[in-house]
Amino acid sequence: MNRQAQAAVLLLTGGAILHAGLTDLYLRYVKAGLRPLLLTAGVVLIATAIATVWYERRSPRPQRDGDGERDGDGERDGDGDGGGHAHRDGDGHAHREPRIAWLMVLPLLALVLVSPPALGSYSAMRTGTALQKQPWGFAELPKGDTVRLSLVDYAGRAAYDHGRSLDDRRIRTAGFLAVGSDGTPYLMRMALSCCAADAQPVKIGLTGRTPTVLRPDTWLEVTGTYTGKQTKDPVNDGIIPFLNVTETKPIKAPKDPYDESWNG
Amino acid sequence: MTTTNATRPAVEDSEPDGTTADAGEPKGWQFNSPLVLTMLLLAGVVLQGPIRGALSAPVMQSWMTVFVAVIVQALPFLVLGVMLSAVIAVFVPPSFFARALPKRPALAVPVAGMAGAVLPGCECASVPVAGALVRRGVTPAAALAFLLSAPAINPIVLTATAVAFPGDPEMVLARFVASLLVACAMGWLWHRLGRADWLRPPDRPSWEDLGKGAAFWGSVRHDVMHAGGFLVVGAMAAATLKAVVPADWLGLAADNLVFSILALAVLAVLLSICSEADAFVAASLTQFSLTARLTFLVVGPMIDLKLFAMQTATFGRGFALRFAPATFTLAVLVSSLVGAVLL
Repeated sequence: MNRQAQAAVLLLTGGAILHAGLTDLYLRYVKAGLRPLLLTAGVVLIATAIATVWYERRSPRPQRDGDGERDGDGERDGDGDGGGHAHRDGDGHAHREPRIAWLMVLPLLALVLVSPPALGSYSAMRTGTALQKQPWGFAELPKGDTVRLSLVDYAGRAAYDHGRSLDDRRIRTAGFLAVGSDGTPYLMRMALSCCAADAQPVKIGLTGRTPTVLRPDTWLEVTGTYTGKQTKDPVNDGIIPFLNVTETKPIKAPKDPYDESWNG
Repeated sequence: MTTTNATRPAVEDSEPDGTTADAGEPKGWQFNSPLVLTMLLLAGVVLQGPIRGALSAPVMQSWMTVFVAVIVQALPFLVLGVMLSAVIAVFVPPSFFARALPKRPALAVPVAGMAGAVLPGCECASVPVAGALVRRGVTPAAALAFLLSAPAINPIVLTATAVAFPGDPEMVLARFVASLLVACAMGWLWHRLGRADWLRPPDRPSWEDLGKGAAFWGSVRHDVMHAGGFLVVGAMAAATLKAVVPADWLGLAADNLVFSILALAVLAVLLSICSEADAFVAASLTQFSLTARLTFLVVGPMIDLKLFAMQTATFGRGFALRFAPATFTLAVLVSSLVGAVLL
């Protein structure tokens, strides 16, 4: 891949990263906190592309009429002539540019053309629940008859507090649907600590008035009450608490499909 | 000019060993690459529909998501590391490192290992920086200690470990001690046994005679494209494992002490998770002992598929093939011992 082509790939990659960072696209792949770094990286990649083209265009000309170069002049003039020039021209062609760089086209195409969706039920069912006991206890629930809790919060209270902090109140939570091999419906959230490669599901089982049509990966808002029923995740023996459902409603997927609260 | 030649050994005479993947290429190819690139991108756009159709199976979708996620997550850190390495290569004179590090390599190794604590990032950033240090005349033993320790003992990673293991604060200490021990031991091992001709950085063009601006941007461009290509290889391997290999076979290994340690060490290599996130994955492997999970945390930042590819890119294949197994073995041994003492 010659330098013009590299500049093009750098420009497109930088642009794609910037685009992903400026829209919500990046939330499908990485944690929200990575956004400033992503934007910086996009800008740097574009700057590299521009600098590559800039120096490439200037290189055939003699060095000393170089203007607007960002370094000290004395330094450049010092080594500009004594053989340095011939050397550069001599191996400017001899140095082959890295051919492995062609692979950089793949993530570019994947990100721009395919924009794969956030991880869903397929990965979630293959990975054990990441629910963990939190040592610092549970916060008081907000007032009201129906309490809105994150799925991870409900699962923690149900599994490790036996619902004591839930006071028999009605719980409303949201997640995407997955169906176990025995037909049990589960509601899940993927929890993320850095990028989708480390995403892990937190699962709750649904019992009671579960939806009649179970389409995996649809997002649901469910309302229900605590139940003592539990099961073990076949993958890692983790606890999967249940929710006794009274009402379900399909919703749109949230802006950030991953739960990033539980791990700081 | 003389400084250029002195600080870049083995540029002219490095024989094509395939690791650079660009040896023996017909010259005509290079002139066509913008054309090839345009055709590739056009083909991608035209075939968008069929490609999407083929990729709609859940296993392919989750493969693509993980693949893109690893790249998107690693790219900012790669860019950071590449910029830092370009700064070292262009603006920091070699004499600085001669003064900053102890003269004797045996002492320089632990100093460089501790210095790893100040590079806040994951392993993608440390590889190009270590490469720049070697090219800048730092003794390889010290640069390698830095390479291994930086991703494991910086404050961000240790904080993440503390958050992921709220009930076991000794995990943080164990991770710090074991990682630093392995890094220093590998540095000393290289100092005793390493041979300079194993370390063969692939052919790099020199830009120093073009002025500092051109040198800086040339270095950034070359390293992003080169290491980025290898990063893609690593990301593909990691995505394949995550999407295809079922997780429940792990449960089989959890019962036996030796097996469980080895299983998690191999898993760390295969999964290639960023060192800032691996503690959370380790925390969820609840059926394994703390020592086995410590092994996961020590091996992962030092050697995994993505890192192996990037080390090949920076130091040459002959180096990576020797360095990776040695690091793996030492990391498993040391973390088992530290785990037995501290956990």
